[in-house]
Amino acid sequence: MGTINVSKKYTAKEKAYLPAILIGMKITMKRFIEGFLFRKHNTILYPEKKRDYSDRFRGAHFISVDANKTENCTACFLCETVCPAECIHIVADEREDEQNVYGVKKEKKPASFDIDLLRCCFCGFCEEACPKDAIKLSTNYEMSTYSRDEAIVDLDQLKRPMNGRHEKKDK
Amino acid sequence: MEYFDFLQLVAKILLVVGVCLGVVPVMVWFERRGAAWMQGRVGPNRVGPFGLLQPLADVVKFIMKEDFTPKNANKFYYYLAPLMALIAPLCALSVIPFGSKAIVNGQEIVLQIAQMDSGVIFILAFAGLEVYPIILAGWASKNKYSVLGALRGSSQIVSYEISMGLALLSMLIVYGSFNPHDMVSWQASNYWGAFVNPFGALVFLISIFAETNRLPFDLPEGESEIVAGYHLEYGAMKFALFFMAEYIAMIMASALISTLFFGGYSLLPGMSQLISMISSHFGFGEVGTTNVTAVFQFVSLCSKVGFFMFLFVWIRWTLPRFRFDQLMDLGWKILFPLSLINLVVVTLMVYFLNK
Repeated sequence: MGTINVSKKYTAKEKAYLPAILIGMKITMKRFIEGFLFRKHNTILYPEKKRDYSDRFRGAHFISVDANKTENCTACFLCETVCPAECIHIVADEREDEQNVYGVKKEKKPASFDIDLLRCCFCGFCEEACPKDAIKLSTNYEMSTYSRDEAIVDLDQLKRPMNGRHEKKDK
Repeated sequence: MEYFDFLQLVAKILLVVGVCLGVVPVMVWFERRGAAWMQGRVGPNRVGPFGLLQPLADVVKFIMKEDFTPKNANKFYYYLAPLMALIAPLCALSVIPFGSKAIVNGQEIVLQIAQMDSGVIFILAFAGLEVYPIILAGWASKNKYSVLGALRGSSQIVSYEISMGLALLSMLIVYGSFNPHDMVSWQASNYWGAFVNPFGALVFLISIFAETNRLPFDLPEGESEIVAGYHLEYGAMKFALFFMAEYIAMIMASALISTLFFGGYSLLPGMSQLISMISSHFGFGEVGTTNVTAVFQFVSLCSKVGFFMFLFVWIRWTLPRFRFDQLMDLGWKILFPLSLINLVVVTLMVYFLNK
């Protein structure tokens, strides 16, 4: 087996470089005029404008609440058990009767519900395991913090009414 | 009399240095914004209108940064290198004429800082000095990457200086003078040097890209291979000096190629009609017309320099970097023979046409 020479012979025009350089310069000039005169660009001005992601995007967690602002979570530990990253930490407690004004009586409540966002791998298993549709993943992807401690979110930060998966701050 | 001479010299120096230093921030802005436009991005647009104050923010950042000196650096040469990088191209600019003459207070002012007959040799000497800051910075900062960058830079500049010199020599034969004023007046009365000697212009253009370490020849600072090359160990304002020096070298190279090949300060087509229109409209005498002409000549040179500055940016965002062996091949195997043949051809042409 001999070696196969894959390098091709260049034509005189290709060897001269300059025609190819002029073609390249024509392209960049076109782009320059498009950008300068017609303000055409493929990027977005990020903090002001945001990209639309799919509704199935798995972003930051939230815990849905009912009309009484009581969390739907019953501290069943299914999410903590299924979590592959072990980022959910629940401490269960007994729920007072006055919080159960509607329908089904919830006997347990989470005394604390911490999610370590730095450990989380956003697989969405907790959402699937939850029997009460309490823990959900929103489409919010802006979770940066100044310190590691801030990345551990507790129950008060997680609770919000369920308006689909999109973050709607004013409701 | 002597007082007036001193004053006009200071005024000319202030004009040239002021224009150069004033152009640098605009070029920094344009480099980034132009790059963004060519790449379909928006670019820096937060600081000031259209992001024009971005260079100012950069300067504030540079000043606030720690002024760090490596422990084992050779202090003297380490501090000398950025200064030299800035001073050499500024000195070379002193022989570039930016107008024929102006008349102030009944006295004639030649619009050129240093009037010497061997002007082009002076420019070449100071352009050749540009290799020293690279060697000094690379060697004095005691860093292996810096030394590699310095070696690359010095070999590149020395190689391309030969073809640059030969291209220049062919133009000297055409003009028959070392004086930039004579060159410009020759081009004004005949043709631009680039039309007389197109190969010389091309070789010279490629060589100044290599001389100023701009892409596609920015091997001394090839970021992907040797971090930042010769200015790796420089921080804060010392780095800013290197940064400014690059742009001033670009201005110098643009002014040089405009003067040698593109008519220098000679008026662009249509400008002479405009001047006669203005002077007849305002009723200027001979003095007024001369001064208006000087202004238009300055504008003419500035627009040519501006075009070449744009070309520098344009080429930078078009072409990828050469490999080192390709760079040497281009310099020694293509440009050097081409400029040598061009020199012989131009010499023969001048000899037989003047016979």
